[in-house]
Parts: sequence; C-alpha cells; structure tokens
Amino acid sequence: MSKTYYDPADLRKFGKITEWSEELGTKFFDYYGKVFEESALSAREKSLIALAVSHVVKCPYCIDAYTKDGLQKGITKEEMMEAVHVGAAIESGATLVHGVQMMNTYEKLSM
Amino acid sequence: MSEVKKKQSLHKRNDQLANANRQLEILSNGIFASGELPKFADKIAEIGHSPLRPNKLEILQINVGYMCNQVCEHCHVDAGPDRKEIMTREIMEQCLEVIKKTGAHTLDLTGGAPEMNPNFRWFVEEASKAGIKDFIVRSNLTIIRANKKYYDLPDFFKKHNVHVVSSMPHWTRGKTDKQRGNGVFDKSIKALQELNDRGYGMPDSELRLDLVYNPSGAFLPGDQVAMEKDFKKALLEDFGIQFHNLFVITNLPISRFLDYLIASENYEDYMYALVEAYNPSAVANVMCTNTISISWDGWLYDCDFNQMLGLKVASKVKHISEYNEELLQDRNIVISQHCYGCTAGAGSSCQGTVA
Repeated sequence: MSKTYYDPADLRKFGKITEWSEELGTKFFDYYGKVFEESALSAREKSLIALAVSHVVKCPYCIDAYTKDGLQKGITKEEMMEAVHVGAAIESGATLVHGVQMMNTYEKLSM
Repeated sequence: MSEVKKKQSLHKRNDQLANANRQLEILSNGIFASGELPKFADKIAEIGHSPLRPNKLEILQINVGYMCNQVCEHCHVDAGPDRKEIMTREIMEQCLEVIKKTGAHTLDLTGGAPEMNPNFRWFVEEASKAGIKDFIVRSNLTIIRANKKYYDLPDFFKKHNVHVVSSMPHWTRGKTDKQRGNGVFDKSIKALQELNDRGYGMPDSELRLDLVYNPSGAFLPGDQVAMEKDFKKALLEDFGIQFHNLFVITNLPISRFLDYLIASENYEDYMYALVEAYNPSAVANVMCTNTISISWDGWLYDCDFNQMLGLKVASKVKHISEYNEELLQDRNIVISQHCYGCTAGAGSSCQGTVA
C-alpha cells in the first residue's frame, strides 16, 4: 500500500480506469468531455462551477485540475475564490437548513 | 525568486542554464531518457513527419539583439538590460540583401527589445523599401514609455506601416506585473492607448496591432478565440483599448522558463502536460516549417527557440553571408523535446495557434 491515500501523479493515470471496465470507462469519459463543451454555458462558466464543486466534494485531484484549468482560461484568483465561497455557502447552508429538522424534533419531543 | 535575480539574466548570473547544452541535456534526460515519456522525434515519426521538413518559406524572423529593458520571468531569450549581443550594421546590410530577394512575404523583427538596437530605425527604413507584404516589429510596449528617445515610436511605426505585435500576459495588473515586472502593466496600457491614438488596432484600420498572450505560470494557454474575446472585452471596458487579434503562445521549456519550471518543481508535470496535449494535426504547420530565424550575429536557425538553444540549421548554408534560399529549403529541421511546446493543443507559433 502507498504511504498516503492521495498521490498527485495518480491524476495523470485517471484514463487507466477504462482498462478494467472499458465500456463504462469510455462512456464516462465521453460524457465528461461532452459536459464541458461550450454550449448554453461557456467553458469558462463551467470551469468555475467545476472548481466550486471540487471543493464541496473535497476532491484534491479535481481542485488541482480545475485550478489549472481556470488559469488556462485566464480566470483570475478573485473569481476562483468567489466560486469556492459559493460552494462553501451552499454546503454550510445545507448543514444549517438541517437545523430546522433539529428544531422540529426538539419541539416535538419537548413538553 | 530574489529581487536581484529578477533583474538579471541567467547569463549575467553565470547560471548553468545560461548554457544551451545544459538545457538540451535536461530536455533529453530524466523522463525522456527513461522512456516514461516519448521523445518528440518518435512521436512525429508515428505520423510520417520524421525527419521534419520545411514547407514554403513565408517568414524571415530577424533577432536584432538580446538587449531588453525588461527581465521577464518566462523569457526564452534570457533577454535583459545586461545582454550586450546586438546585431551590427554590417549584418543588417547582409539581411537587407536577403530581404530584397527572398520569397518570404513576412519580415518579423524581434529581440530583446528590437528598438534598443542603435541601428533599428535605419534598418526599418531600409527594409520597408523592399516591398515586403507584412512587416512585423515585436514591441514589448513598455519600451515606448521607457525613455524620451522612444516616445515617438508609435509615429515611426505608423510612418513605415509597421505591423506591431506586442506582449500582454493578462488584462489585469497583478498577473502582468508578476510575469514581466512591477509597473509593466500601467506602461503597457499607456503605450497601447498611444498606438490606438495613431489608428493602430482600430476596427477597419490598416495599421495592424496584435497582442501576444502567453501563460504566466506552469500551465498551457486556453482557447485562442475565447481568450481574445475576454481580452477585448476587458481592455475596452476598463481602458478603452482596441486591438486586432490575440496570438496565444505556449511557453517552451527553455531558458528562463525552464529555470522557473525546475525551481518551482513544475518541470515534470509541465512536460507531461505538453506531451498529453500533443496534437498530431499541428505538426504539419509548426512555425519552423515556414520560417527562417536569423540571430544577431547572422547565424541561421529553424526558429527563435532553436536559436536560443544554439541549434543551427542542418544545412550547408548556416550564415546570412552565404544565404541561399533554395539550398536552405532542402534541409531537415532540428528538433528536441522543447518542440512539444509548438504541438500542444491547438499548436503554437509566433503567429498564434496553427492547428
């Protein structure tokens, strides 16, 4: 076993997942490529969404990939950080909205 | 990097990377020697382009000297105020003889800051008489604001119908100054406004003003069309500046950019990125297939990058004094791993993308 769970060099090997399941791997990469094509949303907008989601799902590979992708697209660090805050706000909002459930339960159980 | 280092060329610092052979060793050893990544020669052999051969000659690119008023962190020339290599009038006269006879339609003057060559204006005046269709000067913009003696350059360019191609790493101050030095952004903006005032870069104007973008870091450039759109919008909205086209250029892993890649521990990742982005359809039109590069001392090269690596043309004709276009065109182009920089993604050349 490797000494750490994440190795940055593994990102380069991502394509190898098709070797153990060619059909599903190929379908995934075709889908992935299609999603990021410029369409109703610009490639720039998609890159910022991907960066925000990368933080929310806490994927270090994705964070590396979409920081680099943002740099390639000329996205500024201010824009990148704002995108991360959007992700963080949704994530913390998702936590906090469960507070209503806590409040409901509390009220229901209390005399 | 220390402030002192930022102001000196690798040559001035006697850095080992000032030596072209050392750079070529690095580019051929490590991940390429171990077979982890394929060599460029093997890659182009797969599609029948080995040896790489010239197409029709279209561009004569003349490097009139390595002296520059800036010391950009990514510079493949290792240019700077401390570089003393300057083309003499004698070599310029030999170039003029070639310009009069060449089949190339474009003359492309580069440096360093070409304007710092004391014979620059004389050379432009003489060369513009030769009837070349497209006469490019690669101006770094800040030179126009560097000293009073350069303030009239926009008028001089206009008088000789020079096509101005200028570097602009980003439309924000921070990213520009990080790559090119403090104050570069403001001076560049002022210079662009002055060029616009003379009619340069305006819609429908015949006075061509193009900008060059190259990434300020260890990543590849984005899509040229999308970046041009972003540059145009930001420069117009923020500063009222207009220009014609944006050329997106990939940084090649040589000289100061190689030094940066190694020092920042990005070298291997960058080479992987270049090889992964290799685009076979870019190979047929890479810059070296339609260009001859001439150095300040008259030697001939396949491109400006090979010039900096000391890789002279593989031809009997090696110097401007013995120039023979027919013989030169019958040559194999000299390649190494740095060539991956010109075949990544949409390809890269001094005229932007090629694929």
